[in-house]
Amino acid sequence: MADDALALELRGITKKFPGVVANDRIDFDLRRGEVHALLGENGAGKSTLMNVLYGLYHPDEGEIRIGGELVSMGSPKDAIAHGIGMVHQHFMLIPVMTVAENIVLGTEPRREGAILDLGAAEKRVRELSVRYGLAVDPRARIRNISVGRQQRVEILKALYRDAEILILDEPTAVLTPQEATELFKVLRSLADEGMSIIFISHKLNEVLSIADRITVLRRGKKIETLPTKDATEAGLAKLMVGREVLLRVDKTAADPGATMLRIDDLVVADDRGLAAVRGVSLEVRAGEIVGIAGVDGNGQTELIDAITGLRRPASGRIEIAGRDLTSADARQVLDEGLGHIPEDRQARGLVLEFTLAENLALEDYRRPPDSRWGWLFPARLIARARRLLREFDVRGGGPSARAAALSGGNQQKVVIAREVGRDPRVLVAAQPTRGLDVGAIEYVHKRLIAVRDEGKAVLLISLELDEILSLSDRILVLYEGGIVGEYGPETPEEELGVAMTGGGRKVAAA
Amino acid sequence: MLATPPAPPEGEGPGETVASRFAFYQRAGGVLTPLVTTVFAFFIGGLVVLLITHKNPISTYKAIFNGTGLNWFFPWISHADRINAAFNLQSTLLLTTPLILTGLAVAFAFRAGLFNIGGQGQYAAGSIVGVWVASSLTGMSGFPHIVLAILLGSLAGAGLAGIAGFLRATVGAHEVITTIMLNWIVFWLAGWLFGQQGPLQTSRERSLTQSNDIAPNTHLHVWWGNPILQGLHVGFFIAVAMLVVYWIVLNRTTLGYEIRAVGYNPEAAGYAGIDVRRAYFLAMAISGGFAGLAGVIDVLGWKFVLSVDDVQGQAGAGAVGFLGIAVALLGRNSAVGIFFAALLFGALLNGTSDRHLDPAVFPPTLAENLTLLIQGLVLLFIGADILVIYLWRARRRVVPRKLARTSST
Repeated sequence: MADDALALELRGITKKFPGVVANDRIDFDLRRGEVHALLGENGAGKSTLMNVLYGLYHPDEGEIRIGGELVSMGSPKDAIAHGIGMVHQHFMLIPVMTVAENIVLGTEPRREGAILDLGAAEKRVRELSVRYGLAVDPRARIRNISVGRQQRVEILKALYRDAEILILDEPTAVLTPQEATELFKVLRSLADEGMSIIFISHKLNEVLSIADRITVLRRGKKIETLPTKDATEAGLAKLMVGREVLLRVDKTAADPGATMLRIDDLVVADDRGLAAVRGVSLEVRAGEIVGIAGVDGNGQTELIDAITGLRRPASGRIEIAGRDLTSADARQVLDEGLGHIPEDRQARGLVLEFTLAENLALEDYRRPPDSRWGWLFPARLIARARRLLREFDVRGGGPSARAAALSGGNQQKVVIAREVGRDPRVLVAAQPTRGLDVGAIEYVHKRLIAVRDEGKAVLLISLELDEILSLSDRILVLYEGGIVGEYGPETPEEELGVAMTGGGRKVAAA
Repeated sequence: MLATPPAPPEGEGPGETVASRFAFYQRAGGVLTPLVTTVFAFFIGGLVVLLITHKNPISTYKAIFNGTGLNWFFPWISHADRINAAFNLQSTLLLTTPLILTGLAVAFAFRAGLFNIGGQGQYAAGSIVGVWVASSLTGMSGFPHIVLAILLGSLAGAGLAGIAGFLRATVGAHEVITTIMLNWIVFWLAGWLFGQQGPLQTSRERSLTQSNDIAPNTHLHVWWGNPILQGLHVGFFIAVAMLVVYWIVLNRTTLGYEIRAVGYNPEAAGYAGIDVRRAYFLAMAISGGFAGLAGVIDVLGWKFVLSVDDVQGQAGAGAVGFLGIAVALLGRNSAVGIFFAALLFGALLNGTSDRHLDPAVFPPTLAENLTLLIQGLVLLFIGADILVIYLWRARRRVVPRKLARTSST
């Protein structure tokens, strides 16, 4: 029964949670030296399956074989002992410690039984990083290195523990396109060295470019395992979602009207007092979507904060529909007709402990009909919520359900319902589809186009170049706090990528 | 939009702020855990009694229970017992009254994500201002005089806590530190005000370090029991009314909405245009107002005079301001819960006072400390039940919370 080429075999894995079968008799196998992608929407059961494999969950049924041998995973310790390494989506690193210290943590090399031998640790880390082409400085502190580097440290951590099977959970979610490309190179060379890799993702293009085989999960069930050469984006999307999905948003040409948002020579300081936005000027007109592309940390957050009244600009001017709102606070800006979909819906967009009705009232609670003279009318909040939830197709709970109980896609719909439901003149959408699955992304994109077609000005800030390209009527590239160029929607991705990393020509923004 | 599978909710697990974490445990534990907690605390307290006195703890508990006067509700007790029970119950409710208010003070701040640990100082501030107003302006007629004393006393508490709220809102000074420091300012201020040659020292007898007596017409009306033996005054109804006010402010006003939003997620509240700093300030001020009100009511209800020892002797853990923390925790910040928790602690304080326990069986020092003991155990177990629920959930899911929250499934 043991297949020599199989590094790992999962048979009939079933894992139930109260009310949900997260994994329903899933079979999965991994050959030596292959990259096997596990594809599925949020909630499809990918992470549950991997947590079962990594010993974090105990399966209700099913068996795990490693190298043909039946094993039982009591805890991550067992998994590590069987040569399984996992790189979580959110890193498990200690920021103040060095790369080498993080890598050896828990299995530190010792001298004379008790003394930590850092020299040996650094040497070993250096060897590994040379052997697998994962360049990192063992002495650098984690907090001082980029997210891409931190991910390498996580991979090195697994290699240091002699992992032969590497699980990567949504590894590109935190990376820039460049970093993702580098990661793929590293993964390919690891696979060539004989490492077996499980790559969890819900992004089709990634899976197609890195995997040898692809297994698609949907609602806890395995749908199909197929070689990458037989797969197409559209085909995979259909397997994932269970129906045809529009990957590219249909939209007509923009018909821009009057300028709704005007920013002039804006300078904004970050939390440390350094200029993060350096002289940005831009305009967004009614009926168009302007996309701001850029690698994370080039001033996006500060720019959004300044527009939405959460951060006072050092200089420059911000106008909404002709009114100067440079030094207005968040409430004034919202009342002047700005809608804001924040980049982190759980931290900034929603009060998770509040009901949906309360969340939908978060900006309007203090005026009629929600309240009068400081007196709140909960029944009216609920009535409005009922209407908005229906209009924006929010599922998973009624007006009295807590926001925390909803899936990510539905949480985002609640935020959109609130912001769009206020009928804003300008909508600022920051990373509106981050962490959402294909179906939910399709919905959000359609909504944004609809908002544009209603004649509102939309400013889209996203790290996803695909998203920028498919939604924007004009694209501005933000690099080191300045706009380095304006591009049309048909611009090739490579050209934008170059501009995003500082190689673009300097063009005065419209 | 596709029919999304019933995905495990993203926000599962305890939240990031104190208030949201608390709400999580409240849902997880319901009303059962505080009850079990209390019973367990009494059980351990009983073991201690057994160990120290080698007497049956049941009889001690019976003595405590009868001392609380709660047996007044039993239809079968004799007429003579009922008179005694009524008197005991009045004493219990006298102690319950300020505990409701100091419990509300802690709970209200808690809903904004703040920990007002200075209830004792705010209570003292309310007492001081209350005794000052009620003992001066003797020309005023009773009712407006009482109202004025209550208003100014509550304001004193509000102002004191408001300082902490203001500091938190403007420079980010943590309210736990500032409220404790403000406590001591008030305690020593009382020492100066009512001490030798102090500006508010009694004019009756210069060797006494206390205030003047409050005007007789400012005594709160006793509606149950004998005023000479200190029956129950109308302040009890004020406290109960405040429970209703607490619920209404939080659930039916825009201010309460803001405070709850800020308590659960200050960042999202700020993004939605809510003035987080204003909410911090107001939440602390209102919180202090409740504690200040407790102070005035005690002065007008049964103390009638305030001494330096009264104020400074209350710096310990058994004082009503500090007990308010236990009341709010055990009552889980809900109006109904706070009522019963205050009643429990009021009953404990009264039931374990040494006049109810046979000194031959039970040493008076132990009696006094039994309340503290049980109070401490309740707090310990509240802390522990949060821990137990946490561990239980964590065990059931095996995976630690951080992993579960961040994984994509």
